Parts: sequence; C-alpha cells; structure tokens
Amino acid sequence: MATALTLKELSKKEDLLTHGHRMCSGCGAPTVVKMVLLATEFPVIAANATGCLEVSTCISEYTAWKIPWIHTAFENAAATLSGVETMYRSLKKQGKIDKEVKFIAFGGDGGTYDIGFQSLSGAMERGHDMTYVCYDNGAYMNTGIQRSSATPLGADTTTCPAGSVIPGKLRARKNLTKIMAAHNIPYAAQASPSHWMDLMKKVQKAHSYEGPKFLNIIAPCNRGWRSKTNDSIALSRLAVSTCYWPLYEIENGVTKITSTPKEKVPVAEFMKPQGRFKHVFEPGNEWLLTRIQEEVDAEWEKLKHAEKCGC
Amino acid sequence: MAKVVAVTGNEACANALRQVNPDVCGIYPITPQTDMMQRFASFIADGKVDTEPILVESEHSSMSACIGASAAGGRVVTATSSQGLALMWEMLHIASGDRLPIIMPLVNRALSAPLNIHGDHSDGMGARDTGWIQLWSENAQEAYDNTIQAFRIGEHMDIRLPVMICLDGFIISHSIERMEYLEDDEVKNFVGEFKNMYPLLDLDKPKSYGPLILTDLYHEYKRAQHEVMLKVKDVVLGVAKDFEKLSGRKYGLFESYRLEDADIALVIVNSAAGTSKDVIDEFRSKGIKAGLLKPRLFRPFPYDEVAEALKNTKAVCVMDRADSFGGYGPLFMEISSALYQLKERPLMINKIYGLGGRDYLPSHAELVLNELNEIAQNGKIRTIKEYIGVRE
Ligand SMILES: Cc1ncc(C[n+]2csc(CCOP(=O)(O)OP(=O)(O)O)c2C)c(N)n1
Ligand code: SF4
Ligand SMILES: [Mg+2]
Repeated sequence: MATALTLKELSKKEDLLTHGHRMCSGCGAPTVVKMVLLATEFPVIAANATGCLEVSTCISEYTAWKIPWIHTAFENAAATLSGVETMYRSLKKQGKIDKEVKFIAFGGDGGTYDIGFQSLSGAMERGHDMTYVCYDNGAYMNTGIQRSSATPLGADTTTCPAGSVIPGKLRARKNLTKIMAAHNIPYAAQASPSHWMDLMKKVQKAHSYEGPKFLNIIAPCNRGWRSKTNDSIALSRLAVSTCYWPLYEIENGVTKITSTPKEKVPVAEFMKPQGRFKHVFEPGNEWLLTRIQEEVDAEWEKLKHAEKCGC
Repeated sequence: MAKVVAVTGNEACANALRQVNPDVCGIYPITPQTDMMQRFASFIADGKVDTEPILVESEHSSMSACIGASAAGGRVVTATSSQGLALMWEMLHIASGDRLPIIMPLVNRALSAPLNIHGDHSDGMGARDTGWIQLWSENAQEAYDNTIQAFRIGEHMDIRLPVMICLDGFIISHSIERMEYLEDDEVKNFVGEFKNMYPLLDLDKPKSYGPLILTDLYHEYKRAQHEVMLKVKDVVLGVAKDFEKLSGRKYGLFESYRLEDADIALVIVNSAAGTSKDVIDEFRSKGIKAGLLKPRLFRPFPYDEVAEALKNTKAVCVMDRADSFGGYGPLFMEISSALYQLKERPLMINKIYGLGGRDYLPSHAELVLNELNEIAQNGKIRTIKEYIGVRE
C-alpha cells in the first residue's frame, strides 16, 4: 500500500537521507532526494553518480544513507545500478532472494545529460527495472559551476563566463526528458520540489511500472545560481510558473502537463534573483533576454501541442 | 574423469565459465575476445547456465555493471581485449578498490594507434597498476585451468580481489589445441558456492559502497590494498595444490624450464614461451646450458622467488611483447627489480618482440640465446633494449 501523500502521513515516515550530510545549506538536491525516498514504499537500493550529492553524503567513515547505496564513478550510475538490478534478478530467479526491491539512480545534470548519457541510454534500452532521477541544477556544481548541456541559455558559468564579448551560454538546453521518453520507456516526467505533491505522485507512478523510468527534477543550487540560500523552493516554483521548467509526464508515450500555471509569468522573474543571469539585464543584452523568452515560449507551445495531439 | 578435447582458447575459457555457472556476466564484443562471450551467450540461450547476462553498450558500462552486480552480492564475470580494457581502465581501479572478486579473461591484443587486432601484451601490461590479480597463460589448457583457479583465488575470504586471466589473442584464442576438460561437477565442487561479503542486497543491513575518502584515510586504504596483495601468493599456491590433486596439472607462481643449472635464461610470458622451450632444448643438446622462466602470476609479482630462480644464471634476456615507450619493457622492469636485490646478479638485456601479432619464430629465440651465450662468456652487453623481428 502506497503511503497517502498527506503531510500527516508523510511526517510519520523516516527520512532515508539523514541530517548531517554536508551539502550546502539551502541546496535543492537533498530536498529532492528526501521527497523521492519518502514517496518510495519498497525496500530500495540507490546508486549515485559522482557529483555534489555523492561527495557530500558519504565521506570516509560516515554515510547519510539509511538504504543500501553505491557510488562507483561519474558517468555510470545507470550502468552500475543495472548491474545491481541484474544480480537481484539472477538471485531471485535462482530462489536465493524473494523480497521486492526498487532501484533508484541519482545523478546530477552533468552525470546524466553529458558524460553519463550513453550509460543511461543503454540502461533504459536494456529495460532494467529502475528509476533514474536526475537532479538538475544546470551545471557541474561540484567542480565549481562549469557549463553542462543542461545549463540554461544565457547563464554565466565558469567555463562559459559572461564576458565583454560573449554573454554567457549561447546554446539552449538539451531536452533530456523528451530524449528519454523517445526510448519508449513506460514513464518519463519532469518535476519540481516546489510542487511536492506532484513530485511524489510521479515517483509513485514511476514505481508502479516495471522497467526503466526517468524523472528529471529541478534542484536549485544557490552557489551556482548565485541566489539566496533560502530561495530554493521559491526559485523552483518560479521555474514552473514561468514555464522554464514545465511539469509534465510522458506515460506510455502520452504527454500530459500535470500543472499549468494560472498565469504564465515572464521568465525574467525566474532569472532576476539569480546572479548567473545578472548580465542579461544589462544594457545591450536585451536581445538575449528576448531570445530566452522566445525559447521558453516555443518549448511550452511544443509541449502543449504534444499534449493536445496525444503524442 | 578428464575429457580430452580439441578446442580453441576462447572455447576453453567459455567452457570454464559455463562450468562455474556465474550469477551475472557483462557481454560486449571486441576481437579477439568476441567469440568467447558469444559462446557463453549460447550457453545462456540453451539454458546450460543460470547466468543473467547484461548486454551492455560499452566496456565501460560492462565493468560498471559488473561492479554493481558484484557489490550486490554474487559471482560475476566478463571478458575483453585491448581497446575494451582501455575503456574500462577507470573502472578497473574501482573494482579492485572496492575489493570485488570479478573474474575476467583478457584475450591479449595490441592497442591503437595504429589500429591492430592481433595479439600482444600492451593491454594486460598496461593494466598492471589497476589492483587486479593477473594470471598469464601459455596455451588453452593453462587459460582454462587459470580461469577455474581464478575464482578460488579472487573469492578467497582473505583476498576478495578481481582477477584477470591473460591469454594471447588469435595465437591461443583462435587456434585449436588438444587439451583436457574437467568434469562439470568437479569444477563446481572445486570453486564451491559463492560466499558473500557485505552484499548491497542485504536490505536489513544497509551498506554504502564507494565513499569519498580524503587525506585522512586514503593512504591507509591503499596500504591495505597493498597488504592484501602480499597474501595472494600463498593463496595462489594453495589453490594450485588443490587443483593439482584434481587435474594432475602442476601450477606455481611461474614455470621454470631447465633452469636449475642454466647459465643463460629467457624470461617470457604466454604463448611464445612454448616456441622458446623448443629452442632451449636444441641449445641444451648442443651442450649450452640454457633455461627459461615463464611468469604466471604477474600481479602481485613474486620478486623473491624469481630472484631465487635466476640467481645462478650469468645472463638473462627478458622478452617483452609490449613496450613502455621511452622506458624498458614492462616485464624487464620487474625482473630487474627482482634481481637487483641479489649480491651477484646476471647481466640483463631486453628484447621487444611480436607487437601487433608479428610472428615470433624459433630463429628469434636462437638469435637471442646466441647473444646471451656471448654475453655470458665475455661479460659485454651491446645494447640493453632492442626490437627484434623488425623489418628494416
Ligand atoms: C570521468 C570524470 N570526469 C570528470 C570528473 C570530475 N567531476 C566530478 S563531479 C563533476 C561535476 C558533477 O556535475 P553534475 O553531474 O551536474 O552534479 P552536481 O555536482 O552539479 O550536483 C565533475 C566534472 C570525474 N569525477 N570523473
Ligand atoms: S554547490 Fe550547489 S548543488 Fe552543490 S551542495 Fe552547494 S548548493 Fe548544492
Ligand atoms: Mg549539476
């Protein structure tokens, strides 16, 4: 029986990622992980790609994980977990284990969109029973805020810095959620910790399917976004209400927007509180803000169209 | 009862894996290994093993998945060659650092560039610092026997390390040879049930694998890895003793061939040792005291035992089928280190032979032995390191 997704019921559950981990205060990633694990009913085993989450939650003799957890390297959380899951199937087939177990991989955007892309694609194609969760903070944060293919258009990072000639990142983000859905997996969705109920429902839906599932969850990073430490949830909410980070799912190939903003807020409102976009609001860069808005609008229209045509 | 067969090295290894019946295996094609795991895939398809395959999209993922599977708790195998091993490099260190007894036949092949699919030892020698135990094999029989023994060595409760079994690409992997198979139940009993150590699948006692360890403990962690390697020799010899009881075939840390009273000696691994032994016999019949040492356990390297075996020789040539460009061949460096500890040591030369599958002929061994004979007599070395069998 799935836990009812009410604060009353959820508050009775134990956090499977304990306090005392060493992520920055106000970091979105541990909140995302806790929500995912709170919504997970079954015994669960997690794999973790190298990145902020991994280096801050298991150091030397301490671990913040109350579940079996494995980290091997950066680009291979999906491959590593596919091995764990295969051993589970092998031992189950041989009658050596009988428990129901769920498998979750956590990777940052760099470990998922970029270097771990092949390993993720392979694991999805092979059909392992696992849910891959990308906590997307839009850059390689652990190594000091370098550009990834999830870095938003216009953002200032340490490898695509906003300079006097080039104003930050000039490429739009890779649409990984769609690419994962194109693997014809039963469930792919995008979520945000601001909409915790929606997020947890998606986790439970993912677990209800056998086979590979993919969840892309925005996870604000105040260090990299240069925002206030108490702004994570507010920013992830603005990401949704501006349609920068639409909440939707692709279930058995059918797209559904799970939360449509009452009023679509201009993307500038999401960007203004973040130092990484400061230069976009400087005179001479108006064209960039216009392009960013156009990009967001176009993606949003495409998504609405996909929902309408049932594809 | 042993069964005499005529099989290739790949077939022999695939059959050893079938007899062991591992829980999970990673499969990815690369010449000349491809055919080994293809054969194993047929065993799976025909229900001859319980193994769950992972048909990965790369060798990097193969080793990653093997690590995940092994940490989950069970017996895990894969096989590769050359570029495949190179792609695994990052993960090889993680398999050994996490102390996971993954078993992997390595069908030795040259490394690019230029692209070459034929046999040399660049891949295996390049992996010597990855923390894996390495067993080298002269022929299909040894590859089969080493594969079976590898499980007992790597899975030993005092060891828990991954093991690489090296055999020469094409020369051994694809040539048919007469050899003996053990019976299925003999192999099964010999390797025994897999014993778990800290399995991830023990859900009641959650474990974290792969922490970040900084300057406080990393150094100690690595020393522990070194120390466990020191225990490997005894385990290898103990397993070999049991294996001899079962098969009648004797294994050690290395093979000594006519070495007891030898003045000159070749040190050479894998298939070329066979060719060299014939030439050694010829020299012996001419009254020249020639001998040969063929390493089997290359990691950990048995320095003291090798020094003991070579200490009475006057001149030694170490033959390398791999090069460390700008340095000596990898095997030469080990033998030099071993012999340096002796008060009186033989003169040493290093020949690089057979790269990218270049034939190693009896005439090459003859040239080298003649040179050694001269060195032994006049005490003069022309050049320490030299390529042989080169087109000028
Ligand atoms: C093969 C390899 N290349 C590079 C690195 C260095 N590295 C470690 S973590 C990291 C960034 C991780 O970024 P992301 O996946 O987005 O996670 P985040 O730190 O942002 O949470 C990088 C580049 C590595 N560990 N391994
Ligand atoms: S750098 Fe960013 S992602 Fe990393 S722990 Fe700090 S806030 Fe979180
Ligand atoms: Mg990131």
